[in-house]
This record gives sequence, structure tokens and C-alpha cells, in this order.
Amino acid sequence: MALLEIENLHASVDGHEILKGLTLTVNAGEVHSIMGPNGSGKSTLAQVLARREAYEVTAGSVRFDGKDLLEMSPEEAACEGLFMAFQYPVEIPGVGNAYFLRSAMNAVRKYHGQDQLDAMDFLPLYKERLNLLEMDEKLMNRSVNEGFSGGEKKRNEILQLAMLEPKLAILDETDSGLDIDALRIVAQGVNAMRSNDRGFLVITHYQRLLNYIKPDFVHVLVDGKIAASGGAELALELEERGYGWAEADEQVQHA
Amino acid sequence: MKRSRKTKVNVGILRQEKKMVGTTERFGNYLEAYNHVTAQGAEHEPVWLKQMREDGWARFTAKGFPTTHDEDWRFTNLAAATKTPFRRAGKTNAAHLAKEIEGYRLAGATCQLVFVNGHFSAELSEMGNLPRGLEICALKRAFDCGLEACAPGGIEQHLGRYADVRRDVFAALNTALWEDGAYLRIRRGAAIEHPVHLLYISASAGLQIMTHPRTLVVAEEHSQAAVVEDYVSIGEEAGFSNAVTELVAGEGAIVSHYLVERENLAALNVSTLRIEQARAANVASHSILLGGGMVRNNVHPVLAGEGTECLINGLFVGAGHQHLDNYMLVEHARPNGASRQFYNGILAGHSRGVFHGRIIVHKDAQKTDAKQTNRNLLLADTARIDTKPQLEIHADDVKCTHGATIGQIEEEQLFYLRSRGFPEIEARNLLLHAFAAECLDRMAEPAARAFIDELIRQRLHELVLAKSEQEGALPDEEEVQSWEEVG
Repeated sequence: MALLEIENLHASVDGHEILKGLTLTVNAGEVHSIMGPNGSGKSTLAQVLARREAYEVTAGSVRFDGKDLLEMSPEEAACEGLFMAFQYPVEIPGVGNAYFLRSAMNAVRKYHGQDQLDAMDFLPLYKERLNLLEMDEKLMNRSVNEGFSGGEKKRNEILQLAMLEPKLAILDETDSGLDIDALRIVAQGVNAMRSNDRGFLVITHYQRLLNYIKPDFVHVLVDGKIAASGGAELALELEERGYGWAEADEQVQHA
Repeated sequence: MKRSRKTKVNVGILRQEKKMVGTTERFGNYLEAYNHVTAQGAEHEPVWLKQMREDGWARFTAKGFPTTHDEDWRFTNLAAATKTPFRRAGKTNAAHLAKEIEGYRLAGATCQLVFVNGHFSAELSEMGNLPRGLEICALKRAFDCGLEACAPGGIEQHLGRYADVRRDVFAALNTALWEDGAYLRIRRGAAIEHPVHLLYISASAGLQIMTHPRTLVVAEEHSQAAVVEDYVSIGEEAGFSNAVTELVAGEGAIVSHYLVERENLAALNVSTLRIEQARAANVASHSILLGGGMVRNNVHPVLAGEGTECLINGLFVGAGHQHLDNYMLVEHARPNGASRQFYNGILAGHSRGVFHGRIIVHKDAQKTDAKQTNRNLLLADTARIDTKPQLEIHADDVKCTHGATIGQIEEEQLFYLRSRGFPEIEARNLLLHAFAAECLDRMAEPAARAFIDELIRQRLHELVLAKSEQEGALPDEEEVQSWEEVG
């Protein structure tokens, strides 16, 4: 079933059109990778989907799990099962990590009319997920992302993904700034979350991450539109030939 | 010659008469209270106390209430408040408050002294089993209870010896008019595990009353204690609380003082905490201003001994037309002292905050390390903060820094929380609480901290709810001011 259906999406920031007619469908169980040069609109796509207000949608439609995503606030989208791992995770001094995570889970549960998780329900899952991401429990007594290294912040994003268990996870350049070890751990977390009822949109500039997270589809975003689509092999081709090739080549078929 | 001498005398009499008339006219309600208090104390109060009251009264009448021309009161206009004819309240049976008062108690306190309209209420107080080394009683009682520890001789050594009646007219007024308050003495080496709660209640149906609570805390050498001074009002009447607390920390003593202002929004509250620190004493002052319409919070520590440490921590949360003024005066008198001032302000609606941080480093106070930080969140463009550092450094080998910031809730943080499912109101609430938590984290006493945390949560929740009801008051531009200076 189509989880995310993007039709002819146009979006601007401060009056500049960044997305210029993007069309893409992600089905449950699929991992799609969006690749593209700087400025092609990759992050704008992620921000629009996460419902950031500064990004104005001027045309097109986005349906998420059958509902109009563009009508949703960021919190509604989150509660409906959309998750974005931030390229630059935000530090929130004074808010403890564990408290934040449990409150986020409870916000989603409340939205669906489910019972609240107490600390006893929360802890076992929490510890298991911490292990999966090879994170130190002590780190989690600290404030959200405060004083975390770049790698720790990204792992914390994937930890949240693993706890919130969304229907669609968007990874916005999660690999940027990660060393090979951190990359492996992040990928391990993502792969553990792959399932038949969950979709992934992996946004990246480099092919490197895709060595660890094997995509089902790769799309090349150029100037706000998808210029090429293919299987995992497309990423390797891009790595070898660079984005100039995709920008020039009009022959590659759309998926 | 003769004639001119006569004239001179006449002028003298005239002046005196004019002054008396002036006092009656301008301070009629205060004079009435002064006459009452001095008549009451005529028999049992010692001479030194009577003189102290007289001196306080003379200072008050000579100076009168400050105006905005006074540099220390530039941002706070008391004109309207001081014209209100507040009256002293007599002692009444407070038993009818027994039920209501339960909601104001501090869970886990060593003991609780309750004062209603300025008078000690034995029936509402809970003395519990006092730990060894703690002596506590109502100040008025201390003068006739006969205990050696409470004997006026012990009090005489400290009461009124620190509060500056020359500079501070409200301290002078309190000194003249106080009727009761708390007296605490922590014996040498004693560590009091749980906080002492002093609850000062204004409860006057239909009357605008004033109280002048006086608190004296004497922590002897190497003792340890925490005191929570808590101001509340029952009912909506405007009241005037003018409190003075003298806190004396002996050598190596560790004392924390908590001021909680949660009176109604019509209240005028002026409080002065004067701290005197002997060698190696470690004192923390925490001020939490949540209520009150017009509030002035004076904190004046004197690091009088060598190697002392002082933490001056505060949070003020304003909404509506609240005016919350914090006046810090930190005096380093001896070498190797360290002071840390941290004040956070959250201001919504048309509220106004003031932070005046004055640091004086005296000539002898070499190797002083003084730091001051004032951070503010303005939740509406109609809210206002005036922040003013003032460093006076007379020693040459010191480190003094100060900084202030004014900002709004960060949109990035708000979006991050919302993108994880937090509704906007909850997200704002969480961020405000996190900002307030910087102050909470500096509170070491667990029971006091938990108590204050809950009060802050309630207040912030009210603020966020009120804000979401009148949307559109959000300023769209962020204005950040900051400065850092090393002197």
C-alpha cells in the first residue's frame, strides 16, 4: 500500500522556489534513497514532509497513509507516524533525554487514545534500544543532545526512531559528519527497524551510507525534480560518474 | 542680637511642627502602626530594641519612600503603591484557616512556623520533633520565653546589626514596625537535615493590610541548614508585605535560604535579605518570584570573612501587569571570596522585570571571583526587562564578569519537540520549564527543590495556557543583547 504519495510538489522558502514538481511514491516496506547535489532540494523535501512552517507549498499534494499531509501540523504528522531524523539535531538544555523520549511516546499514545506508559513499561524497551545503538545509559541522564558529539547526536536520532516506531522514517543526511564506526552503528539501528509495514526515505549526498543501508530504490534529485530513478546500482553509478552525469542525462527512466 | 536669636528659635519650632504635620499627613497609617507597636512594646521590649525602632522610624520619616529619581529605584515606580493606606492588622484567631493552609505546606519540612497577618499562629504551626541543635521560635516570643538560647542577649548581638536602615528605607520601616517573625539558631556543628518552612500569610477580608515580618537566622560555626520563607495571600485583597531577614553564617557554616513569593496579583511585596558571611561560610540565596503585583526583591550578601562562597540564584515569572524587581548588592569585603549570581526571568503579557546586579569589591578583597548572569525570555513584545550590571572594584587582583541575554523561545527547539509529537502548548511549557530548571538545578535541598519545582510548573502552565488563549502577541523578531566584561 502506498504510504507516501507525493504529486507534482512545488515548495518555496522566502519566495525562492526550491521544489519544482516532485513526484514520488513510497510503499510500506520499501527503502527509498534520495540523492542529489547540494542545493537540489533534498533537505527542503524533508522539511516540507516534517511540516516546518517556513516552507511554503505552492502546488501539488502529499498524501501520507491516505491522509492529506499538508493539512497536518508537525505534531499531527508525528502522531500519524511520520518521523524525521534531523540533519542537525537540536540541543534542549534542561530536558532530560529519557523524560523527553517517554513524553514523546506518550504524546503519540495520547493522540491515539492509548494508555500512558509509566517508567516501568518504558525502561525495558529503552534499555534494549540503547544497546542496539551502543549508547551509554549515562548519556541519557543528560539533557537532550546537550554536550553530545556529532555521532552521539545522530545515534540519538535513530534511538528516537527506534522508540517511536513510525510508519515512515525520513533520514535527512544522517550520515553527514559520521565516522565509519558511527555510520555502522546508525545503519545497524536503521536496519533493525526495517519491516514490511514501515517505509524509509534516506536522504544523502554520498553513496557511502547505502553500503550499509541497502535501498530498494534510488532517486536522483536535480533542481527540485527527480531526474533519475533506479535500483541500488544507481547509487554506485552516481558515485563513479558524479552528479553532472545525472544532471545532463535526460534518458534515465522514472521509477 | 536678642531679636535674631528669638527668631532663630521660632524657626526651629516652626520646622518641627511642619515636619510633624507632614509625617501625619504623608505617613498617617504608618504613624498609627508605629504608635501602636511602640505602646505595645513599652513594657517588655529592651531599651536597645526601642532605640532601634526609634532610629528606624526616624530614618523612614526623614527619607520617605523612594522615587524613580533614586538610582536604585529607577525602574520601579512606587508612587501608587505607597499612597495606599495599608493598615496593620490585629491578631485574630486563625483557626478557620486550618483547612486552607494544608495546601500551602512544604512536604518533608523539619517544622513549619505560620504567621497570619504578621502574627505568629501557634495553632497553625507544626513544630514536629525538633532535631538537636535547632532552636526556633517566634521572634516576639524570644523576648519573653526565658530560654538561655533565646535570651535577648543572644538576639541583641545580631538583630538589626546588619540590615542597612541608612540606605534602605524599607528596612528602616520594617525595623520600626515589625511585630513578629522567626528566630532560628543552629548550634555549632549541627546539621539540620530538612528545611525549615516559614509561612507568612496575608488573609484579610475586605482590608488592605500591611505586615513587616522580621526573620533572624543565626547559623553558628560549621552548622548546616535550609530555610524556606514563603509569602502567600488568601483572598484577593491588596496587601503590603515588607520583610527583612538577617542571615548570619558563622565560620564554615553552610546555609541555604529560599524566598518564595506567591502572593496574589494585587500584592505589594518588598523583601530584603541581608546575609553576613564569616570565614569560609557557604551561603546560597534562592529567590522564586511567581506572584505579587509589585515586587522588590533585595538580596544583599556581605562576604565579610576570608574564603567565603555565595550563590545568588533566582527565577522571576511575570504575566499580566506584574512588576518584578530584583536588586542584588554583593559586597566582597575580604580576600578569596567567590560569588555567583544567576537570575532567569520569564515575562509574558505586559509584565515587567528588573535585574539590577551590583557588585562591590572592597580594597582588601583581593582574589575575588565574582560572576553575574541574567537571562531573560520575553514571551510577548509587550513584556519588558531592564537589566543593569554595576561593578565597583577597589581591589586590583580580581575577576568579575557579568552578562545578560534577552531572547524568546527558540523556534528550532519548539519545532524539534513538535516533530516528535508534543502538542505546541506542551512543547512551550517544556521549554519554559527547562529554562526555569537552570535555577532549580542549583537548589541543593531536595524537599525545598521539589516543592518549588511544583510551584513553578503550575505557574508556567497558567502562563502558556493564557498565552495560547490570546495568540498573536508573539514578537516576530528576536532581539538578543549580551555583554561580557572582565574588570
